[in-house]
Amino acid sequence: MAIKERMSGNEAVSYAIRQINPDVMPAFPITPSTEIPQMVSTYIANGEMDTEFIPVESEHSSMSATIGAEAAGARSLTATSSAGLALMWEELLLAASNRLPLVLALVNRTLSGPININCDHSDGMGARDTGWIQIYAENNQEAYDNFIQAYPIAEDPRVHLPVMICQDGFITSHAVENISLLEDKPVKDFVGEYHPEEFLLNPGKPIAVGPYSISNYAMEAKKNQEIALENSKEVILEVAKKFKEISGREYGLFEEYRTEDADYIMLIMGSAAGTAKQAVDDLREKGKKVGVLKLRVFRPFPAKEIAEALKNCKAVAIMDRCESYNGNGGPLGSEVPAGLFRYKVMIEAVNYIYGLAGRDFTVGDACNIFSELEDMVVNGKEVEQYQYVRLRK
Amino acid sequence: MRTDITKINEKTPHDQLTEGLMIFAGGTSKLFKTGEWRTNTPVFHEDKCKQCLLCAPVCPDGSIPVKDGKRLAFDMDHCKGCGICATVCPFDAIEMKEGNE
Repeated sequence: MAIKERMSGNEAVSYAIRQINPDVMPAFPITPSTEIPQMVSTYIANGEMDTEFIPVESEHSSMSATIGAEAAGARSLTATSSAGLALMWEELLLAASNRLPLVLALVNRTLSGPININCDHSDGMGARDTGWIQIYAENNQEAYDNFIQAYPIAEDPRVHLPVMICQDGFITSHAVENISLLEDKPVKDFVGEYHPEEFLLNPGKPIAVGPYSISNYAMEAKKNQEIALENSKEVILEVAKKFKEISGREYGLFEEYRTEDADYIMLIMGSAAGTAKQAVDDLREKGKKVGVLKLRVFRPFPAKEIAEALKNCKAVAIMDRCESYNGNGGPLGSEVPAGLFRYKVMIEAVNYIYGLAGRDFTVGDACNIFSELEDMVVNGKEVEQYQYVRLRK
Repeated sequence: MRTDITKINEKTPHDQLTEGLMIFAGGTSKLFKTGEWRTNTPVFHEDKCKQCLLCAPVCPDGSIPVKDGKRLAFDMDHCKGCGICATVCPFDAIEMKEGNE
């Protein structure tokens, strides 16, 4: 029996954490993720969870402690944003290379500078080469649903990789929306108990985690890690299928919104996808054939599937809520064309940088972009291939 | 999956390495002869040793075994020749000489 509620994204993720009742949560506060450890602490204080909560002195420590606890055999997680994620950088790489199925609630906030507490994807994107699985949410419902799927994905023996569940800071984390929650028992049954085959606190079966390796072994070890990331695509889809059985909600690697016959598609991640969908609805009323490809799974990057989904359109607007400082485009602006090229899908692709540090992205902005794509394709208008949306010039 | 790590070597194909390069054993450092790296070697003058045991705990490689309250000969498989024991010994019972032997 679904429970109808109204909650912010942070409340929803905290509620999911309560239902999962993990073993250990080391945490350090940073806006806008602070509410997650705060609300979890309240649940624990009220006796609704028996998680071991460890307040640590920095995010470097919170991820270290999460890694240690997970390696010891405890189901562990933490939460952070922005500079907190940046401070964990060296540990993020280890969580993945040690093949630990831990989870991070990432509330996307821009990396400094300038210092800013609002949303963009630079924190998650900054960690894109760390070997973590990254799943992005459009709204509080998706943040909740994705979080419940996180451990089943991570702990699958074909995967054994850490998972980052991302939601837009303030926009999703703090805005209150309607949500449909699952009851405690179905969530507990779905997530199951954590029974690792190998773990540190296991007398009689000693292990050592995270060794030094001479060059003769490192390349092979890294390949094995890469294979696990590739395997996770299949597992993510399997878990989503099982999740549909208990929730009625369907998830995949991405959502295709009115793209079947679309001439122009906007590829976008996070809450702004909702805005884009509204623009699509408005333009469709006027007879424009437009659609949205809302990317959900950023890592592993579903290059083949994206190329397949875009192959029949005339132009794609690749939307990046992050500047990559490579001089040629944002992260998606680099990875999507690389995927299109590999699968020989030679459509027009324009990269737009939008919404940095919480800058508003409106329905009007999305409509203008679709308009520009059309102008480029139909009228041959010269369009800047890599540009900022509504930059004051 | 547990693997006998003594069977893993530089010819092992990637899919036969352990997951995350996890090592399924404890105390494996004993198997690794770091003593081969030595450029200076401690000489134990047993006649001068008063068994005060100041040397044993300061050895960074745990290469001074102690049994029944008495220190034994150096573990030359693991002594790296740092000379801290010689510096600490109040009775000149340890002398550092050049070479690996």
